[in-house]
Amino acid sequence: MRSKRSELLVGCFIILGVVALVYLAVQVSGLAFSSKKDTYQVVARFDDIAGLTNRAKVSIAGVAVGNVESITFDKKLYMALVTMNIDSDVNNIPTDSSIAVLTSGLLGEKYLGISIGADDEMLKDGSEIFDTQSALVLETLISQFLFKGGDSEK
Amino acid sequence: MKSIELLGASLLDWLEAVGRAGIFLVQSIFRLPVRFKESVNLLVKQLYSVGVLSLVIIIVSGAFIGMVLSLQGYSILAKFGSEEAVGQLLALSLLRELSPVVTALLFAGRAGSSLTAEIGLMKATEQLSSFEMMGVDPLRRVIAPRFIAGVICLPILSLIFSASGILGGHLVSVQWLGVYDGAFWSSMQQSVYFDTDIMNGLIKALCFSVVVTWIAVYQGYECVPTSEGIGKATTRTVVLGSLAILALDFILTAAMFGDF
Repeated sequence: MRSKRSELLVGCFIILGVVALVYLAVQVSGLAFSSKKDTYQVVARFDDIAGLTNRAKVSIAGVAVGNVESITFDKKLYMALVTMNIDSDVNNIPTDSSIAVLTSGLLGEKYLGISIGADDEMLKDGSEIFDTQSALVLETLISQFLFKGGDSEK
Repeated sequence: MKSIELLGASLLDWLEAVGRAGIFLVQSIFRLPVRFKESVNLLVKQLYSVGVLSLVIIIVSGAFIGMVLSLQGYSILAKFGSEEAVGQLLALSLLRELSPVVTALLFAGRAGSSLTAEIGLMKATEQLSSFEMMGVDPLRRVIAPRFIAGVICLPILSLIFSASGILGGHLVSVQWLGVYDGAFWSSMQQSVYFDTDIMNGLIKALCFSVVVTWIAVYQGYECVPTSEGIGKATTRTVVLGSLAILALDFILTAAMFGDF
């Protein structure tokens, strides 16, 4: 009987371990078990991305519709070339939409936000968004503010 | 002249011990009992004494460490007005560092020392030699099941430690300190990645489990078969095991997260 009981407890122990792993995966890391979604790639060139990282989210109206695949430096234009994956069920983004580097909260993570344009043509795999807005860098803002303040006193 | 001789002798002794331990490790891995049913029975018995009996200390200490982390983290993060980040702090520090390391340290103290003492006492009471007389390989019958059970148990215990720590931290920060529940989980989910954080923690736990169990069974097998020798071997298991865990943790962390 003793060995039956210990077998049962060892079984429970292993099940507990698996439950802990699933709990950590789903609740803590937010891993989704759905198969990898189909995506298409879009590029955009920014003057300044200031702290945007790989895997940052791309959103429309605040809802995540994709993520940043890679960030490289465009040698010819001295700009940041951002490649992003967008879910293929979001296939109705007009080509003249604009994209901006935004910050969640005052000090939160950087992400990309797309504002919808009015063109009839839609973005496809490999197309580029030309209307880009760089990140607001706090130092630049403050120096602009100080500069203007000095001007108005004259 | 004498001192140089001594240095050489101690180096050779050390190399010999390392070599013996290495051969011992290889032999005990590949020598489970031939019959499958028998080896499963032996393994289950060891899984019970090494894993199930360590469960209480792991769950309790995990919960308390999670609770302390959120208390400390909250009091500092509240100064910057970002109490919600306590979830991120809790999950990352538990998954990457605390749960593999603290679990391995507790495991060395709780299970490693008992493995050493058990094997050492078997040697002192000549049970190991009587196994040999009966034509049963003691490495196969005694060491291998203990070693494999230890290697299996530690990663599982580390997972349970993380889960219990996060639940404990959730209890303190959300129920007691009043952090908003949704923000607690979402800040955690945004910053924790399954493949880098959870998997690297598991790999760490696996490395620690091999090292700790290896030290424990080797110290037991090689101990001086007297009551004093068993005592010394048990102490050595805990001391050497803890040092090995902490040093190995630094190396693994540098390899895994060094480029951040």
